[in-house]
Order: sequence, then C-alpha cells, then structure tokens
Amino acid sequence: MLSIVDLHVRVEGKDILNGLSLEVQAGEVHAIMGPNGSGKSTLGYVLSGREGYEVVSGSATFEGHNLFELDAETRARAGLFLAFQYPVEIPGVSNMEFLKASVDAVREHQGLPPYDAVTFMKLARQQSASVSLPPEFLKRGVNEGFSGGEKKRNEILQMMLLEPKLAILDETDSGLDIDALQVVAEGVNARRSDENAFILVTHYQRLLDYIVPDFVHVLANGRIVKSGGKELALELEEKGYAWLEPEVA
Amino acid sequence: MSGFDQNAAAALTSRADAQIWLEAFRDLNRQQWLASHWPDRKTEAWKYTPLTPLAQGDYLRFPTAGKVQIERARYDIPGLDCQRLVFVNGEMMPELCQLSPAREACCVTRFCDADEQQQALITQHLGKIAEATDNPFVALNGSWLEDGVLLQVAADQRIEEPLHIVHMTTPDQQAFSVRQRLLVALDSGAEATVIEHFTSDEARQNSFVTGVSEFKLAAGARLTHYRLHLEEEHNIHIGGVYAQLDRDAHIDSFFLGLGSRLTRLDLRIQHQGAGSHAQLNGIYLSKGTQHIDIHSTVEHEMPQGSTSEVVRGIVDDEAKAVFNGRIHIHPNAQKTLAELSNRNLLLTNTAEVYTKPELEIYADDVRCAHGATVSQIEDLSLYYLQSRGIDRKEAQVMLSFGFINELIGALRHEPLQRLLRPILTQWFGKDSGLTRHLL
Repeated sequence: MLSIVDLHVRVEGKDILNGLSLEVQAGEVHAIMGPNGSGKSTLGYVLSGREGYEVVSGSATFEGHNLFELDAETRARAGLFLAFQYPVEIPGVSNMEFLKASVDAVREHQGLPPYDAVTFMKLARQQSASVSLPPEFLKRGVNEGFSGGEKKRNEILQMMLLEPKLAILDETDSGLDIDALQVVAEGVNARRSDENAFILVTHYQRLLDYIVPDFVHVLANGRIVKSGGKELALELEEKGYAWLEPEVA
Repeated sequence: MSGFDQNAAAALTSRADAQIWLEAFRDLNRQQWLASHWPDRKTEAWKYTPLTPLAQGDYLRFPTAGKVQIERARYDIPGLDCQRLVFVNGEMMPELCQLSPAREACCVTRFCDADEQQQALITQHLGKIAEATDNPFVALNGSWLEDGVLLQVAADQRIEEPLHIVHMTTPDQQAFSVRQRLLVALDSGAEATVIEHFTSDEARQNSFVTGVSEFKLAAGARLTHYRLHLEEEHNIHIGGVYAQLDRDAHIDSFFLGLGSRLTRLDLRIQHQGAGSHAQLNGIYLSKGTQHIDIHSTVEHEMPQGSTSEVVRGIVDDEAKAVFNGRIHIHPNAQKTLAELSNRNLLLTNTAEVYTKPELEIYADDVRCAHGATVSQIEDLSLYYLQSRGIDRKEAQVMLSFGFINELIGALRHEPLQRLLRPILTQWFGKDSGLTRHLL
C-alpha cells in the first residue's frame, strides 16, 4: 500500500529525514516510536503534503501513485489520512460544513454523489456519538474552543467519516485520558480490516495495549534504526531508547 | 446641471412646500455645507477616499417619483416579525409598509406626519447628535432634508419587534441623489431594535445616497442596531450613524458594508453618561475596483463606560478598503474599558487596505487595547482543509467566509443571519462549486 524508499526531507534548510524506508501492506498496523525530534511528525506532514517540507531524494509510493506528484487534497481523496498531533482551530467554519465538504470531496473522487444535507447530518451525529463527541460540537467552529481530548476525538470522527485506506495517527494518544484513549483505540480497531492500514506515531506503549500493532519501528535521527514485533514496544518502555545508542548516535 | 460642487449642491433645494418647520434647519445646514472644506487628499479624514466618482457625476437632481414594481424578496427578511417602512428612491411606498397601530409606548412616524410634540422632539435632537460641522456630508444631508423617520420609545417600554427600514434604489433616466434621515429617541430604560437596510434592485444603479442616522439613548436605554449596505455596486453612498449614550445606556450595533464605487460610512458613539456600553461590530467587503471607507469614533466622556469594537474586512481583486477607528478617552472618563480590533484579509496582491486604529487617552485609570492586522489566509488552516480532501480554492473560500462568519454568528436576530449568509456566499461565489458547502 505504502512504500517509502530512502527518503530524505529537509525543513527550513535542516535535514530531518535521512534515508527513511518503510513498507506498509494492506491490513497492517505499524507503530513508529522514537525520541523527540527524531522526525516522527515530519513523516506524517511530508506524506500528507504540507508545504515547506522539501523532498531532497527518495520516494513514497501510495497505491501505485508517486505521492510527491500529488497535491495535498488529491492524496486525501486517494485515501491517505493524517490525524494531526495539534488539530487546527478554524473559527467561523462550522465543523459540520467542514466534515461535509471533506466527505463530499472524497466521494466525488470515488465517483459518488454528494450526500444530501439531512442524510449527512444524521451520519455525522451517529459517528460523533461513537467517538463520544456531543452533537453540539458539530455546530461549533472547527476545533474552536475544543479541549485537547475533544480535538483528538474530532480527528477520529473525521477518520471514520472519510474511511481512508491508510491512516497516520500522529501522537493522537498524547494528552488523552484513559477514556479518550479507549475511544481512539475503538475507532481504529473498528476500522481495522484486510484493506486498511495504520501508522501509529506514538511516544507511549500505553496506546499499543489497546491497538496491538503488527510492527514496531524506532525512528531516530530521521531514519528507522530498529524494527520488530509488538514486543519491541515493551522493550522500549522498559529500557528507553538509550540501549539503541549506537544506532541512535 | 452638471458637476457636483458645493455651490451646485447647495442650489439644489427641496420642494417649496416641504415641512416649513424644518426650513431653519435646512438653512443652517446649507450654510455649514457652503462653509465646509471640500475634502481632498490633504484632508486627513478623507486622505484615502477621493470623491472623484461623486464630483464627476451628474447627481444633482432629485428623482421623479414613479410607479415601480418591487419584488418582496428584495426587501423582506423572512422569519422576522417586524414593523417595516419601505422607501424607494426616497419615496415611501405605503403599500409595502407594515406598521403596528400607533400607541403610547412606541411611535414610528415620518417627519412630514409629525405632530407638534414630535416636531418639538425632532427639532430638539436633529443635528445635535450628528453635527453638521463634523462632516460636510452631514451638512449636505441636512440642507436637503425634507422627510425622515422618527422612532420614539417611551420610558421603560421594551419593543420586541424590530423596526425594519428599507431604503431601496432603482435607476432613473438620469443620475440623482437620495437623502435619508433617521432619528431614534429612546427614553430612559426603553429598548428597541432598528434595522437600516440599504439595497437596490438588480439593475445598474445611478444614484448617490446619503443616509444619516441619529440615536439618542437616555439613561439605561438599550438599542440594537443593524446597518446593512447591500446596494448595487454602481451606487455611491456617503452616510453616517451617530449615537449619544446617557448613563448606563447600551448600544449593540452591527454594520455590513459591501463595497461600491464609493461607500463611506462614519460611525460615532459618544458616551455621555457614566457606565454606558457600546458593542460595535462590523464587516466590510470590497472587490473589483470598489472602494469602501469606514471611519469610527468613540468618545468616552464619562467614567466607567465600555466599548468593544470588532471590525473585519476582506478585500479582493484591485479593491480598496479604509478603516479608521478612533477611541478618545476624555480626562473625566476614569475606569473606562475600551477595545478595538480590526482584522483584514487580502485575497490578492493588488488589493489594498488602509487601517489605522487611534487611541487618545487623557485619563490615567483606564484599560484600553487596540489592534489592527492585515494578513492573508493562514497556510496551516489551508493545509488542514486540503489534507481532508477539500480543493485548495474551495478551502480558501471557506476560510475567508469563516473569517467574517464569526461576526454573523453573533447577530442576535437569527433571521438576519439567514438573510446575510447567502448574500455573503454569493459575494465569494465566483464559481458556485466553491461555495457549495457554505450553508
């Protein structure tokens, strides 16, 4: 589904990713862990098409498309989703209008007609209930005045409505209490299937108790220095990153 | 007659039989108009707003009254229970008006129908709130005054239904001028809502409109006020809103200005009693080669007053916008709280905005803040929407709309929100595909 080969990325003149390679197949859940500043968020941004992230060399192929030839909206329509670490507040743009615009854009890409307003609002209310986001949050501005946990639930709500093939969750678990963490995990687990894949970027083993990954990777200095199964996360939890020092250094 | 200059404009007079009791007022204003300095580039208050479109125009005649067909949709605010007055090119259209029976608590009357008491009230306040010496166009409006609307609410009376005053223009064979005057007098503790709604039919307009409004709020009175400039873009409008607030009075005012060849609106609030409060919100939008100029002045003359002013503007294409927001705290106005924020969004590299907040403070125990920003759409917000599959151009429109939609969402009367949202959506809608998600 996603194949990243020897990716080098520069941000504001600084090399952030230095030869990152990663293969993700449909049906898999990958966890990416690593110390602060190792390039975890950059990976999500460069894959989703944020401006200012300069691809120096290497490639990323998603469902047969060269990702870097597509603009951000086309990547999203093709089924790539990034749950933001810090979701953006957009006062004045209603959450409901935003969600409908997104879903309709993806549907249009798939050759489906836009939802009529009534059907969509019903769907949005159902899904927001499933992430325990009260319906009044649909009427507010996008993430406007939402708490950290509410923003993350809103991200998961978007993921559920957009039904992406590949979802990258950038520290969606950070700052969440156990209830919210479970909501996020249930959202992901409900969408796990042979056709979908997930990349979970996280600092903590805790999330991986709820979403059991197939692979765990350690990202350090802009590349993956160690990969393993779910037990690697436990090992990291126990020992930290220091024991990987030679690789990290 | 051609060319718009002071002498020519002064020579244009109202009907000979027009309200004799207003003759002295007109004369005084005519003198003040003739004595005023014609604004040019060196006139600070008009520095960025040349009057060329007016001076070049042939506006110096009053329209001939004729039968016009006006569709209800042009002036109606669906869902709003209101009293309504409809003027077309300055003429009242009785068949389109909707007035409650006269009662003690509240009276809506035209100057030409005013009884002696009402005439006395009008004479007492008219031109004392908007002074002809403040602005030459207030003087001009006064010199042409023939009729106007008076809203008077008795002490402690609360009038639920808004007064909706529609000023509509329709083109005439030759260009012409329309003058409007409104006086609102709220006695102590009275409450009312007024909607001033300037609009046009769909044709290309050829009028110069001057609308001057004066509000006198006695102690504890509360006025909710909307001023909507939704005229067709070939119109010229130079007008003003002037309010005086006595002790603990409260005004909540909103303006929306869609640009035109030339739109100039002066707003002035005078806090003349302690503890009065003003909320002043506004939106201006300018595109094509339009020009809009908003000058607001807030005078805090007494202690413990407060003002919150939030104005946002969007300028597109090669259009221009001017915002000048002045807050003046007099020595006596201790414990004043005043905030002014003006944010502008430029959608192109050729759009221009001139924004100037001015704070002048002569009291030492006050809290004041002001800020003005000019910016473009935030990259991060744009990326966020794009990362959800939304087309970049559509996302730009959603974000621009969102920038002003916050203020629309704050309007107390929901039917107005429902009226204005589609109008604003159309303003952004170069392509309906870009606005399809704006509800």
